[in-house]
Amino acid sequence: MVVLTAVVAIGALTFLLASLLILANRKLYVAEDLRIDVVEEMLPHANCGACGYPGCRPFAEALVSGVVAPGKCSVSNDPGREAIADYLGIAVGAQARIVARLACAGGSNVARNRARYRGEPSCLAAAQVAGGGKGCYWGCLGYGDCERACDFDAIDMNSHALPVVDSAKCTGCGDCVDICPKDLFSLHPEDHRLWIACKNLEQGDAVLAACEVACTACERCVVDAPAGLISMRDNLPVIDYSRPHGTRVPIERCPTGAIVWIDDEAGALRGAASRKILRQGALPEAPS
Amino acid sequence: MFSALRQRRSFAHGIHPPQAKDDTRDLPIKQFPFAPVMIVPLQQHIGKPAVAVVREGQEVERGELIAEPDGFMSVAMHAPASGLIQRLALAPAINGRMAPAIYLKPFPGSSQEVSDGAPCDLASASAEEILLAIQRAGIVGLGGAAFPTHVKLKVPVDKHIDTLIINGVECEPYLTTDHRVMLEQQPDIFTGIRYLLKVTGAGRAIIGVEANKLDVAAALRAALPADLPVAVEVLAVKYPQGAEKMLIRALLGREVPSGGLPSDVAVVTVNVATTAEIGRLLPHGRGIQERVITIGGPAIRKKGNYRIPIGTPLRFALEYAGMEPNLSRVFLGGPMMGQALPSLDIPITKGTSGFIAFTERQTAAPVEYPCIHCAYCVDACPLFLNPSQLGLLARVGEVERMADEYNLLDCFECGSCSYVCPAHIPLVQRFRAAKGLVRKRRAAP
Repeated sequence: MVVLTAVVAIGALTFLLASLLILANRKLYVAEDLRIDVVEEMLPHANCGACGYPGCRPFAEALVSGVVAPGKCSVSNDPGREAIADYLGIAVGAQARIVARLACAGGSNVARNRARYRGEPSCLAAAQVAGGGKGCYWGCLGYGDCERACDFDAIDMNSHALPVVDSAKCTGCGDCVDICPKDLFSLHPEDHRLWIACKNLEQGDAVLAACEVACTACERCVVDAPAGLISMRDNLPVIDYSRPHGTRVPIERCPTGAIVWIDDEAGALRGAASRKILRQGALPEAPS
Repeated sequence: MFSALRQRRSFAHGIHPPQAKDDTRDLPIKQFPFAPVMIVPLQQHIGKPAVAVVREGQEVERGELIAEPDGFMSVAMHAPASGLIQRLALAPAINGRMAPAIYLKPFPGSSQEVSDGAPCDLASASAEEILLAIQRAGIVGLGGAAFPTHVKLKVPVDKHIDTLIINGVECEPYLTTDHRVMLEQQPDIFTGIRYLLKVTGAGRAIIGVEANKLDVAAALRAALPADLPVAVEVLAVKYPQGAEKMLIRALLGREVPSGGLPSDVAVVTVNVATTAEIGRLLPHGRGIQERVITIGGPAIRKKGNYRIPIGTPLRFALEYAGMEPNLSRVFLGGPMMGQALPSLDIPITKGTSGFIAFTERQTAAPVEYPCIHCAYCVDACPLFLNPSQLGLLARVGEVERMADEYNLLDCFECGSCSYVCPAHIPLVQRFRAAKGLVRKRRAAP
């Protein structure tokens, strides 16, 4: 008898709760566009955020609702983007490839250290100790936080402890921009090839004491460039990318090679007049 | 007779590093000479930089206003010496940035007298006028944080202050500036307390000192004016008791809420050197041109307490004090919270409570081992955070979780966790880096 009561009671309860669940499923059902799942499946699953959305799923939702074009995804390849466009029946959209650019060229062979930093080998930690040991207060500390932060293996520290961005691999997700304590990275369309690789706000010989490839604010690039393209602000040239900027003329007379032309194959090209530096080893510490 | 056996009051947790104060605690404050060129940064405080009101080539008198405060979160700057303004240019600052500064070349033969400005009379001035006078005098927290004192004293309208705490704890090893100030500048301290009581509306003041300064406690009690509601409390020696939240806890048993201010528990705390400066400068309408610092550490020859002009380059100060040939590291501030310096061109600022120098042998970096979850750091953290867990998260770069779930931003970087860690994990260094990243992310749009 006792067993029967238990079975009946539990059975009734099961029936009741199951009906509640069924009812809830009917009442509270959220109709979701089934295409979102399909589109998400077609995206690269990098969840990098380069498109401006928190991840691939929100981007897929935006794609399906038509507020954004597949071209915004910088990680996917061309066939991939076209497949999404075909599936949704929309245009692929403009693909402004965005890449990270580093505004420093001061590797250990050209830039001096003021002091030896012996703490945690991380830029973030070093920057907290009075800015780290680098002679230039604005320069790259070279402990490779950006290399570790990059999910796409697009940043490599070279033999002079300076990060080199592989434009082909870079998706413009901005993780390096976020992690760099000196704010040396910024995101630019790939066709911004004329580039100032320096952030030092000082001028003249004071700059050269710390780094041989720093901008001394001599303004030759300003004079040589088409009128209005380059202007000086706080001892640094600023390129107005809203004007036509596909010219290599401004880099040619730069004495230190602080303004460069970024070539996909050859890397950063310096002007003919810039000082040739053959040194491979690290510079000795600055006397203090 | 059993009073010595009674347990002295303190806060919970904390550590007991070696005091190392014996070398300088009994040395009277000496005047420091003027450097050939002084560098006065426009930002020596937390907040907005001051605005220079001098131009290159101008001659200034010692104590003259050379930079005006820019808004409420800013204080004035005064010429540390009579001399010539050489240039307005960038100078290295302790935070690792180049910041605008005034380069001043003192006149060699000048008498370096300081003339009086508009005095702030204690009896007739209103609270607002005293606050303004404190801002005009360029007074900031001289304990090390350099937070503008008038901002701290500005009690929100909905808050009431019942107790003013004068912080004479000086828990950092090696530093003895507050110790000497309390022995040598008692009248200034009491005058300062009168100003502070009037500004805050507090009914009483407590001067908190640690038991390693019993001579100070005795001297202060003996000199206490009868009409002043001031008590001198001796606390157990423990680090970081000089942090204001810890001191309030130790003296009154009140806990400042996370993210809150002492005014939330009806308290204002002011450093004792700051109090002395208020008492010294306000009656004469002068501004800060110098401060007391301790120069110490094993690699210094002439250790001592010095009254040093603001803007003295560290290189000059080190050469004057004499250094051992094997000097390897210089710390601005004490050994616990001080900053290792990458350059000797940094000037002494209002927030510099001293600098200490060590040789190579004393600063050898230990090898780091994995965390064994011994929880020494948990028992040491005065804020009851979990440094062990925070350290593990820092290792994998989970700074958002550190901030959101483990209250990283409450950490004031006292370094107790790193000090006790038997595995030599640089915990506080990692927290500092993580805090830097969190702040950067939160500041970004």
